[in-house]
Amino acid sequence: MSYTAEIALVLAVVAAACALPGTFLVLRRVALVSDAIGHVLLFGVVVTYFAVRDVESPWLLAGAAASGVLTVALVELLGRTRLVKQDAAVGLVFPALFAGGVVLASLYLRNTHLDVDAVLLGQPELATEARWHLGGVGLKPVWLMAGVLAVNLVLLVVFYKEMKLTTFDPGLASALGFRPGLVHYALMTAVAVTAVAAFDAVGPVLVVGFFVVPAAAAFLLTDRLAVMLGLAALIGVVGAVGGTFAAVRLDANTAGSVAAVLGVLFALAFAAAPGRGLVAQAVRRWRQKRAFHETMLAVHLYQHEGTDAEADEAGCRTVHRHLGWTEGQTAAVVGRAERHGLVRRDRDTLKLTHAGRDRARDVLGGSVDSAARPPSPPPS
Amino acid sequence: MGVDAVLEALNTSAVRTVALGAAALGATAGAVGAFAVLRRQSLQGDVVSHAALPGLAVAFLLGGRDPAWLVLGGAVSGWLALVLVGAVNRRSRVPLDAALGGALAVFFGLGLALMTYAQRHVPDASRHPLDRYLFGQAAFLRDADLRVIGGLGLAALALVGLFWKEFKLLSFDPDYAATVGYPVRLLDLLLTTLTVAAVAVGLKAVGVVLMTALLVAPAAAARQWSDRLGRVVLLSGLFGAVAGAGGTVAGHLAGAGVPTGPTIVLAATAAVAVSLLFGPARGLAWGWLRSRRDVVHG
Repeated sequence: MSYTAEIALVLAVVAAACALPGTFLVLRRVALVSDAIGHVLLFGVVVTYFAVRDVESPWLLAGAAASGVLTVALVELLGRTRLVKQDAAVGLVFPALFAGGVVLASLYLRNTHLDVDAVLLGQPELATEARWHLGGVGLKPVWLMAGVLAVNLVLLVVFYKEMKLTTFDPGLASALGFRPGLVHYALMTAVAVTAVAAFDAVGPVLVVGFFVVPAAAAFLLTDRLAVMLGLAALIGVVGAVGGTFAAVRLDANTAGSVAAVLGVLFALAFAAAPGRGLVAQAVRRWRQKRAFHETMLAVHLYQHEGTDAEADEAGCRTVHRHLGWTEGQTAAVVGRAERHGLVRRDRDTLKLTHAGRDRARDVLGGSVDSAARPPSPPPS
Repeated sequence: MGVDAVLEALNTSAVRTVALGAAALGATAGAVGAFAVLRRQSLQGDVVSHAALPGLAVAFLLGGRDPAWLVLGGAVSGWLALVLVGAVNRRSRVPLDAALGGALAVFFGLGLALMTYAQRHVPDASRHPLDRYLFGQAAFLRDADLRVIGGLGLAALALVGLFWKEFKLLSFDPDYAATVGYPVRLLDLLLTTLTVAAVAVGLKAVGVVLMTALLVAPAAAARQWSDRLGRVVLLSGLFGAVAGAGGTVAGHLAGAGVPTGPTIVLAATAAVAVSLLFGPARGLAWGWLRSRRDVVHG
């Protein structure tokens, strides 16, 4: 396997592993927790390092994951004092711990691979080299990531029902005896462990993008949870592979390029998602506008049907003045209304068909019949 | 490291200049941040500061070497990120927090990619290391930076003073403000722009990663000491200034390799901790003391 392909594989595994818990973070509206957890890992690594004094110890990973979960608890504790609001609590806790981690790392760990810039940028290159040694076997970080992906998949399959219920209806879930609080912390633990596995490759800042962006894009594409999970993982993998090759082409930072490509994929979904994207919204508005014009024409004709003024109000050459439209626009609307069978031409006057009269009555309300017509059309 | 060391550090003119700059940006960020915290938009600053990175890099790639150009680039891309977050939030069902987190990571990632590209392909990049903007190095503040900080900071504070009544109303009762005919969306945009400006002045000394803390922490600390907006904003600016100066000096004393952004943030966090414990009305320490007394006497 070529070097580039190997790195693409590493990042694809990371992206898929992050996308699964990330989907629930997006749906539960706690996306920024992954931001906080990502930042705090460095603090956990550094503090654990002072305990074990070995940059290659697997304990560093455990310490990092624990610090992530502790952060979540700390934020909730601070929020519960009611002295600061929840968003401010997040904004206080993680920069403080991150700053502590950076200061400690720059003071005491200058000569290890924990140096600050490398940690911040993420180094997927390192993930393919053996780091930990267990019984004479060199363990590569990429295996850890694959392991975390596998664990996330198993957890997802086993606890799918619980996750689904506590996410979409926490009230019903607790009434049925599930424990939403427990599930919440289980999810936070999964996020922290996944973030630890992703940390080497993507760094503490970009990890939030790997959790959130594919899930947010998938959220725009489907209404089904299972499909959303699959799509999120797929989008993550596509972004990882595309970003890696873009980075090689441009000779730029790999993890950053992946985040940027994920952003492009989200933008595509935002613009073109079927039924929900900007394009679909614009098309829907355009269609509504056209249908509205036809309806307006039908109502106008209905108001003046059988009155003395009908020849003028419904005249082919005069109707546009009463509707306040230009002649060209009126011709187009009349043409469409004819094709849709709402009006027909009777010499120089427009007449409603049955369907057109029904449309007008529908709009004016079911109770309107020909005897109880409103006295005059509303001013246009 | 005693008082003598601090005084000695302050006696060098370079450190004094730098501490002054950090104090000015701390005051600006504190005063503007108070509004962001009151309006529950604490995390807006996080997005703006991370999203400033691609703008910095683009300004650099386009040949900007003057700090004013770099700061302008950063401000434009930070502002753009917030506008996009607003559009995604309004025009899709993606929740606000996901839009914020996503924008933060995507812009920051793009910035990292552009930054590394610049470092490898622009000939004089090694003389202007952009990565100082990640964690901030106040030690590299020059007179040109101080002019940018001073100019933008004064402009931001002047606007806060000028629109004091409007911002106050917007922070506490936006619905009423809209009802009585204030242009709420425009004022909201202005306040957002002030946040962007406050972030932009801090980029070089505090860095894109941690600038958000300088918006949030002084305001959260000040809030513990008063219920009056005027005092909160004043105190917040004061805490920001002290944290800026104190953190810079602490970083200087700690040694060359320590970036000043984190030390400034830790100084601001210390102010928060003290305020949460000993704030006159709601301090946690008083609560503990009371409950102990109750146990003893009850």
